[in-house]
Amino acid sequence: MESPAYVLEFEKPLRELAKQLDELRQRSIETNVDLHDEIGAIEKKIETTRREIYSNLSPWQKVQVARHPRRPYALDYVKLICEDFSELHGDRQYRDDQALIGGTAFFDDEAVMVIAQQKGRDPKERILRNFGMPQPEGYRKALRLMRLAEKFGLPVLTFVDTPGAFPGIESEARHVSEAIAVNLREMAMLRTPTISVVVGEGGSGGALGIGVTDRVLIFENSYYSVISPEGCAAILWKDGAKAPLAADALKLSADHLEKLGVVDEVIAEPPGGAHNDPAQAAAALKYALHKHLNDLRALNTPKLLDTRYDRYRHLGVYEESGAVRS
Amino acid sequence: MHFDKPTYTVRKAKKKDIPKGVYTKDPVSGEIVFNKEVEDNLMVVPKSGHHFPIGARARIARLFDAGTFAEADAGVKSSDPLKFVDSQAYPERIKRYEKDSGLPEAVISGTGKIHGIEVSVAVMDFKFCGGAMGAAAGEKITRAIEAALTKKIPCIIFSASGGARMQEGIYSLMQMAKTSAALGRLAEARLPFISVLTHPTMGGVTASFATLGDVIIAEPGALVGFAGARVIKDTTKQTLPAGFQTAEFLLKHGLIDQIVSRLELRDRLRDVLLALHVKKKSAAPVAAKT
Repeated sequence: MESPAYVLEFEKPLRELAKQLDELRQRSIETNVDLHDEIGAIEKKIETTRREIYSNLSPWQKVQVARHPRRPYALDYVKLICEDFSELHGDRQYRDDQALIGGTAFFDDEAVMVIAQQKGRDPKERILRNFGMPQPEGYRKALRLMRLAEKFGLPVLTFVDTPGAFPGIESEARHVSEAIAVNLREMAMLRTPTISVVVGEGGSGGALGIGVTDRVLIFENSYYSVISPEGCAAILWKDGAKAPLAADALKLSADHLEKLGVVDEVIAEPPGGAHNDPAQAAAALKYALHKHLNDLRALNTPKLLDTRYDRYRHLGVYEESGAVRS
Repeated sequence: MHFDKPTYTVRKAKKKDIPKGVYTKDPVSGEIVFNKEVEDNLMVVPKSGHHFPIGARARIARLFDAGTFAEADAGVKSSDPLKFVDSQAYPERIKRYEKDSGLPEAVISGTGKIHGIEVSVAVMDFKFCGGAMGAAAGEKITRAIEAALTKKIPCIIFSASGGARMQEGIYSLMQMAKTSAALGRLAEARLPFISVLTHPTMGGVTASFATLGDVIIAEPGALVGFAGARVIKDTTKQTLPAGFQTAEFLLKHGLIDQIVSRLELRDRLRDVLLALHVKKKSAAPVAAKT
């Protein structure tokens, strides 16, 4: 089932224009009158309105775009930019997690290891993918595949898109904390180039669990945050409905994250967001990945690891003896 | 503090967990205990063995051989890079945390000797902003790990934290990567890291350095987990089993090595340090007095 084109609250003007367009087209058919000019004018207006809305999104609106039911998911991009993705299943211990998947593929003719958080498009797949919330075995599978990549000298490309790691009894009992923590440590030491791309939601530790990479890229309307805006609002404002305020305060959108030095590049989305033209978004991603991968391939392994260590070593701002440092 | 009504019920991370005043009700036996008596016993109720949270300074004072602790990085403090304001501006909150806790930050770090064995240590204190990890706390912990690396000595971290510090946004999340990367280097150098989980250790702290110990020890009854009970209930509608996310739950599920009473911790730490670092029983340094 395809979702309606304009589902977000701030897309209301677009919804109304789309309705007018439908009516005009219907009338044109029913009355057999040529309304070509009128239809063209509305189409143009939709285009300009969309451009205007999407170039002035607030952080909270961007969060909604990042969660858009039609937003391209990891596998959509993999299909568009890679060849011959061959999924490799399971953590060899407990279960195959379908919210965090991986496998080999070819990018620009070269073999790479793809690790991806994957959401479902329809209700059935959403359940299969656990709404993009990985469990411990997902993180352990990701580590297994990253080590496989290291062994055979394949670069690792990770696609981040999760509201967070799954919070549940079983997840705790199988030690989701440890699964994430081990990935943070091991990704910092992985002897192969690594790049992550936040394609949708960068939900806290669940995102970071596949995100400690040499380069971190992010799509223009994606977000990356220590806590969801709703969660932050519930705790600090005592009201989950204050999420728009929390989204502002957390500085979670791509432009802010670039200024803070947490991401290396923001990938522009087509007007109306990545879901409006997935092929164009994928082309922009492919271009950026190509460039960063070439940069990283030029470094020898010790230099690669030192640069990666320094990248994370200096993230964060504190004061020492009156001076602001990072 | 009133002692005509129960002060404590279940293990939940709350500031009132820390006894104030003259008397406190022991949540295990229900008896009224003298705070002084509890304080003199490392905040452990002598009769029931219930562990109240202990401040970083009090812990340090009793952990090391007398006169061996040297504090490091005492000047590292929280900043406000996001200019974060909710009902209050973050710098004002920091001032209040400093005043309420008497500490400069949620972590006190340094080096000292335990039964003659030198270690680098970081001790978290729940009294400062619920032990939440921001850039300053992450920096002090990372420096403690790096100091262990430079001096070729073991590292011990005592965790007590509600998780990441929201007011520092994505930077607080990145402290998980920063501290874990440093532990990667410590592991590569084959230097022991002992993680001690104390009540409570949650969220981003659990999902980074706290669960990366070569040996992981928890204090009895400590609440340790990733997601909070409310988040789990809201997301999954699951009813949480009794004792869920306690140290005992973790031990039973094979997630930690030992549960050790705070009263025995100094000696048990020596055992681990001797086995993994000194490696020769006869080479044990002569125990100094605390």
